[in-house]
Amino acid sequence: MENQKKQKGMSIHARRSVAYIVLVMISFFCLFWFYVLFINATRSNGELQKGFTLIPSTNLLTNWKNLVSGTLPIWSGMLNSLIVSACSAVLCVYFSTMTAYAIHAYEFKLKKFIYPFILMIMMIPTQVTALGFVKLVSNMGLEDSLIPLIVPSVASPVVFFYIKQYMESSLPLSLIEAARIDGSGEFKTFNAIVLPLMKPAIAVQAIFTFVSSWNNYFTPALILHNDKKKTLPILIAQLRSADWLKFDMGQVYVMIAFSIFPVIIVYLILSKHIVQGVALGSVKG
Amino acid sequence: MKKNAKAVRYNKWGYIFLIPFIVVFVVFQLIPLVTTIYNSFFENYMSGLTQVGPNFVGMENYKKLFTGGDVWIYAKNTMVMWILCFIPQILLSLLLGAWFSDVQLKLKGSRFFKTVIYLPNLIMASAFAMLFFTLFSDGGPINSMLMQIGFIDTPYKFLSNTGSARGLIAFMNCLMWFGNTTILLMAGMMGIDTSLFEAAEVDGATSTQVFFKITLPLLRPILVYVMITSLLGGLQLFDVPQILTNGTGDPMRTTMTLIMFLNKHLYSKNYGMAGALSVILFIISAILSFIVFKVTGNDKRKG
Amino acid sequence: MKKKLVSVLLCLSMASAMLAGCGSGNGTTNTDAQKEEGNGETSDGGEASDSEEGKVLNIYCWNEEFKSRITDHYPSYEVVDATTGKIGDVTVKWNITPNDDNAYQNNLDATLLKQADAAADDKIDIFLVEADYALKYVDTDYTMPVEDLGITEADLANQYPYTKDIVTDSNGVLKGVSWQGCPGALFYNREAAKEVLGTDDPAAVQEYVKDWDTFRETAKTMKEGGYSIMSSVNDSYRVYSNNVSSKWVEDGKINIDDNIMKWVDDSKELVDAGETGTHELWSDDWSKGFYPEGKVFCYFGPAWLINFSMAADTEGSIGYEGGWGATEGPQGFFWGGTWICAATGTDNPSIVKDIMYQMTCKEDIMTEIVKDDDDFVNNKPAMDNMAADTSYSSKILGGQNPLSIYCAGVEDLDLGNLSAYDQGCNEEFQNAMKNYFEGNATKEEALDQFYKAVVEKYPELTY
Repeated sequence: MENQKKQKGMSIHARRSVAYIVLVMISFFCLFWFYVLFINATRSNGELQKGFTLIPSTNLLTNWKNLVSGTLPIWSGMLNSLIVSACSAVLCVYFSTMTAYAIHAYEFKLKKFIYPFILMIMMIPTQVTALGFVKLVSNMGLEDSLIPLIVPSVASPVVFFYIKQYMESSLPLSLIEAARIDGSGEFKTFNAIVLPLMKPAIAVQAIFTFVSSWNNYFTPALILHNDKKKTLPILIAQLRSADWLKFDMGQVYVMIAFSIFPVIIVYLILSKHIVQGVALGSVKG
Repeated sequence: MKKNAKAVRYNKWGYIFLIPFIVVFVVFQLIPLVTTIYNSFFENYMSGLTQVGPNFVGMENYKKLFTGGDVWIYAKNTMVMWILCFIPQILLSLLLGAWFSDVQLKLKGSRFFKTVIYLPNLIMASAFAMLFFTLFSDGGPINSMLMQIGFIDTPYKFLSNTGSARGLIAFMNCLMWFGNTTILLMAGMMGIDTSLFEAAEVDGATSTQVFFKITLPLLRPILVYVMITSLLGGLQLFDVPQILTNGTGDPMRTTMTLIMFLNKHLYSKNYGMAGALSVILFIISAILSFIVFKVTGNDKRKG
Repeated sequence: MKKKLVSVLLCLSMASAMLAGCGSGNGTTNTDAQKEEGNGETSDGGEASDSEEGKVLNIYCWNEEFKSRITDHYPSYEVVDATTGKIGDVTVKWNITPNDDNAYQNNLDATLLKQADAAADDKIDIFLVEADYALKYVDTDYTMPVEDLGITEADLANQYPYTKDIVTDSNGVLKGVSWQGCPGALFYNREAAKEVLGTDDPAAVQEYVKDWDTFRETAKTMKEGGYSIMSSVNDSYRVYSNNVSSKWVEDGKINIDDNIMKWVDDSKELVDAGETGTHELWSDDWSKGFYPEGKVFCYFGPAWLINFSMAADTEGSIGYEGGWGATEGPQGFFWGGTWICAATGTDNPSIVKDIMYQMTCKEDIMTEIVKDDDDFVNNKPAMDNMAADTSYSSKILGGQNPLSIYCAGVEDLDLGNLSAYDQGCNEEFQNAMKNYFEGNATKEEALDQFYKAVVEKYPELTY
């Protein structure tokens, strides 16, 4: 076997070494910034002004205490961000799957119209409608509310498209037929059979939605004005510009670290799920 | 007869399942879109605390946008930075995806690497941009490192040169998104029937051949998806250049993107101009998506 | 409800009677109608009428500074939590929105526009403004004339004239007050002065920076000695822009003053000769000169810059070693400062008046602020006394008492040429000119870009 492969092209060992070298380099490029962030979070403002070093300092707790004792409502910011991201992720994947299922499993007159229509609106950048969106939200009296940040995620053409693609390859219509014969109602079929089958795709998209919602700055900044309602990215921007009197980069870095830490945890928990899900998909073919 | 009636009864559920999507879409996207278009025909802005307008001005806002010719420049900037970011990104992602899904290669610790490459995507674009701003500043660590190894004598002003400023923005976006793309492509590659690879191996195909002859063609739907979403993201390029250049798009606005330009009008509460620019953006995205679908989407939809 | 109404009426009539009794030897600039309106709302001190006025005092600001001043120095203020307090039985609500990207102004604008329809307790009572955009608010009816609140010209006599210029509207009516003055000085690195100029005595160093021509000569000497004259060209921007003879906007047209163009030419010369950088203020590169390794000769700034922002509490910085000296520099200027404005329609005029009076006119409170907070207060006698006081010295400045230098610079500062567009124009001008300094554009191209950017910000302007 081994000999055979060598003749075919580059030896497997050489290819493996190249792959490892490239991967290590790429990993370095990916992790370096997090390392810098961590180092800077442990340094006092004075140390930061002196330039960059690779050795952590001892001011992590001091910076953290300064941040917490300041007036930035970081805990409520964290809570708001969590609510928005979690709700968006759940609503988004649930309803996107439902929409994809509607297109995938049923034949109806308007389908020919609706599918291209959704693909078309996928290309509309959110910013294009920002102007009207803000006006609408204030007319509805929903300024300073988290609702306009959560509910619109029900209609996410991009997530819909991904799940639809996945559905085509891994949801045989015969399965649904079988469920119908067993007397399962349509809604129940969707919840009990379709959703579990779509788990891998849903997990991937739930992460993407959670993260993009967590990091979103553009829309929340237009809608949230009250300190107690603000999400973390707004608070970060606020900390950066808070005051020339308290220009403390140490706090800024701790705050950034604080706001990406939960995302990393959520990701680490779910990443196993994702990798498994992807593997599962490949077995199914 | 009976079967037919049943099918109709089921298909009614198609509409029912579409209701949430349609309702939310109409309320939160369609109505705002219409308002935006409507606003683009009016002169409507705040002068200090006084409201000017809304006065109907017809196409005046559009004329103003185009007479300067600036819109084209910003559109070009956006495209240049997107291409600079997308090409390395897609190549890298294909390579990594191929390696990760290659059964022969048996890479150890691929879980670790997969986890790592996705990490940059988690950091907030704004925070990331701020970090880069410090690192690449004239007296920042990157410059001092380059000077220490004797690569340059005087600090290189990364953000004062068009090439390096654009390159930096593209590099950051690439770094943030290639992990995402890799995961998507890998999901696609792993979805490919393994028996195809086995058959190829039996026929004596090299891994390069396998990649180009089997993997790539089968990946087409997912590639289309990646390209469309990336193009969408590219059009919306905002956070990184905005914060890296502090909203100026310097040097000489060569890094000013369309959304940064829109943001300028939104912030000065010039709803007329912001509306007109939004409509133009809308049209540009429509054209782009049409081209992408035409060029790459045909056979996918047939299949 | 009725009871409350009656007591309000009673109080109002009492207050007007009192004012009538106090005589009317003040207020020459206002119309009678305005004065009458003011009479009703004026009373002496907050205590008497607290219970009859609104229960909530809304204060809009962008940082903690004013809050901490009130907490420490306003007699009857009690802290409830980070964003609320109490004065008597009136709740004080702090609405803090950061300045960045006009967020504070946008928020304030939105609320002010709704002011007329807002419930009494939701109305803005006090808002703070900065010099750069003060006129935007001062020149509207949303801001109350200070005189209508019952603060007299005599009360304000000791304030520095420039602090009044900034908040005087186009009809000459004063609409705000400030407790601080922010006159600037030139801070030089004593080590560099000794090494290159051979002396670090403030008077001797002043000879090397007494006007812009000499300043540029010194820049050459500094370069030979291995120092940058300033950290960035933007350091000197305010010194030029505070000494203009025309406004940024005249009759709706953007206008660039000769002194601003002089800044461009002088700066280009310095940058081309490699004698200074083009960093933005507050950037990492800009602040390198706070340390000896940064090799920067001087910074322009007010007291707060050197006291709070130049890393004086960090070991190894120039400030920590007491290595800075202060001198007047080529021209007088100011930087920063916060003005208190009363919003029209406030339901707590007497507390508003009292806060303004106590915090900006009372000499003993002002002296307290200087001693406790190292602020430069807006009170000439208090500052002159401190300037003459030999026991007051700054450790950061190597034992020098800089107050007389600040005082000298601010005395003849004339800020009659402010416009409501200053913030946007100043910002965009520096941004655009950076391209010229760095050689990415010609002067004309950079100017074009400046015009373009300003019109984007203020669509009503032309050029």
